Amino acid sequence: MADPMKIRATLQGDVADVRVLIAHPMETGQRKDAAGKLVPMHFIQNITAQLNGKTVFDADVSQAVSRNPVFAFKVKGAKAGDKIVITWTDNKGEKRTDETTVRAGS
Amino acid sequence: MRHALVLGLAAAVSWLRASAQAPDPTAAEFDKFREVLEQDNPAELFEVKGAELWRARRGPKNASLEQCDLGLGPGVLKGAYAQLPRYFADVDLVMDAEARIVHCIMTLQGFTYAELAKQPFSSLVRTPEPVSLVTYVAAQSRGMKFASPQNHPKERATYETGKAIFHYRAGAFDFSCASCHGADDKRIRTQPLPNFTKPEQAIRAVQGWPGYRMTGGVMHSLQWRMNDCYRQQRFPEPGYTSETLSALLAYLTVNANGHVYRGPGIKR
Amino acid sequence: MRLESIGALALAALLLASCATPQRDYGPDALAMMKRDFHARGIAGMDRLNEDSVQATCNKYQDNPPEEVAAKLEKEEFTAIKWPADGKLLGDWKAGERIAQNGQGMAWSDKGGVGGSCYNCHQVGPRESSFGTLGPSLYQFAKKRGYGADIQRYAYGKIYNAKAYSLCSQMPRFGHVRALTEQQMKDLTALLMDPASPVNQ
Repeated sequence: MADPMKIRATLQGDVADVRVLIAHPMETGQRKDAAGKLVPMHFIQNITAQLNGKTVFDADVSQAVSRNPVFAFKVKGAKAGDKIVITWTDNKGEKRTDETTVRAGS
Repeated sequence: MRHALVLGLAAAVSWLRASAQAPDPTAAEFDKFREVLEQDNPAELFEVKGAELWRARRGPKNASLEQCDLGLGPGVLKGAYAQLPRYFADVDLVMDAEARIVHCIMTLQGFTYAELAKQPFSSLVRTPEPVSLVTYVAAQSRGMKFASPQNHPKERATYETGKAIFHYRAGAFDFSCASCHGADDKRIRTQPLPNFTKPEQAIRAVQGWPGYRMTGGVMHSLQWRMNDCYRQQRFPEPGYTSETLSALLAYLTVNANGHVYRGPGIKR
Repeated sequence: MRLESIGALALAALLLASCATPQRDYGPDALAMMKRDFHARGIAGMDRLNEDSVQATCNKYQDNPPEEVAAKLEKEEFTAIKWPADGKLLGDWKAGERIAQNGQGMAWSDKGGVGGSCYNCHQVGPRESSFGTLGPSLYQFAKKRGYGADIQRYAYGKIYNAKAYSLCSQMPRFGHVRALTEQQMKDLTALLMDPASPVNQ
């Protein structure tokens, strides 16, 4: 079972500033371990975001992205209390979904 | 509190930039990367993981850690990290946060010290449970002042023993902790070396730990930092969560008392 | 005043004085704790926790020993320096620069000695800006002091055993503990002393 994400969605006017911290090794397939063996590729290939059930973000991701990456994006037309759901899928077929509620900005 | 964290870290970045040598393109990219990470510190991933582990029933005793007493009563987490190391009557010893968590893992869940000490530090493929747990526990003291107590005679004695250990020169290179951390305005290569014998600088020993190390993307606690210091001091290896390390942490934390802890941080 | 009153007063004064003076020496407790808690690993054995005469003296006097004590031990350390049998102290400064840059060696993660880790603490050559400030700058070392045999000897001796010159120096005793070989120390001496070395430009 993949490790949880940390999602923050803060409202600025009618735009939700969404920041997602993802726990993932993002192995490129180029790294060698201590024994000198190549560590196999293990990276996120796709991330989607839904606002109240509607897909607002669908990104294809490559192994160029770093370990434990941060994804940040903005969504127009959001209100406080809206539900944001993030799902990632990796090249091994592993998936993780987490959600949060949009909060009013301070 | 979050803004203070961002400001504090941003200030640390600009200070580091100012004291670095002539900037090169690689360093500039690294700084940009660090700035993004400062707003969303990957350390938070380990906080979340630690929260899960705290509540999970694990080990031969199939118990959670929710009854663990970190000094403020069983299960009381708010402010506990900032008041460690402290004396614990049940073991008649002064313990730091990770030592106490390991104690709870052993007594409440039934894991053995041998299992926990075998590979206690994070690698690229594994973060040991105590590291996520100490990150979670530390986050519950975010924004609070360090207040490692000196009320019990053993707390005072441990401080003095820690001070003596800090100044003990030995090993192949005749180093003590003070060889690097006992004077003002020194650096090793380009890494600044705070003077931990002084209260206003001792805070830099404990601030930002546990810390997410950008190079390698691993989470490390002070137990790792002390271990790696002794390696570079050309000493033999100190025991994981041993009294020696609790004593050193007592010396450093008490020196830093009164300063605000900003929570798990980011390291180079 | 009666004798007993004077005695009582003196005793009271003594008791008050001992309350006000600093506590006992925690050194022995610290050492006992370390001996219990450390373990050997790789090339780093438990013998490394034992103080030799230099470490014991510097620990006892908190790096500030009385002159006579320091002088005596410095002389002993100096006598123990092994000078090259061929009498030549200068090696290859290019090799010296590589040795100065290398910070590995003598730790439990190493297999033996490797480098001098000079840049950890010192500025050395003019082109390396990543240098530490724990020790003084060595830039223009011979240019400032002279290129003669006496300065060569000083440089080599200092690298071999810095404590022979200043007992409680923080500089490791590279030759004394075999962290560096004779050739490596000659190469480092050349880095500092060779007129062609970038250090002296």
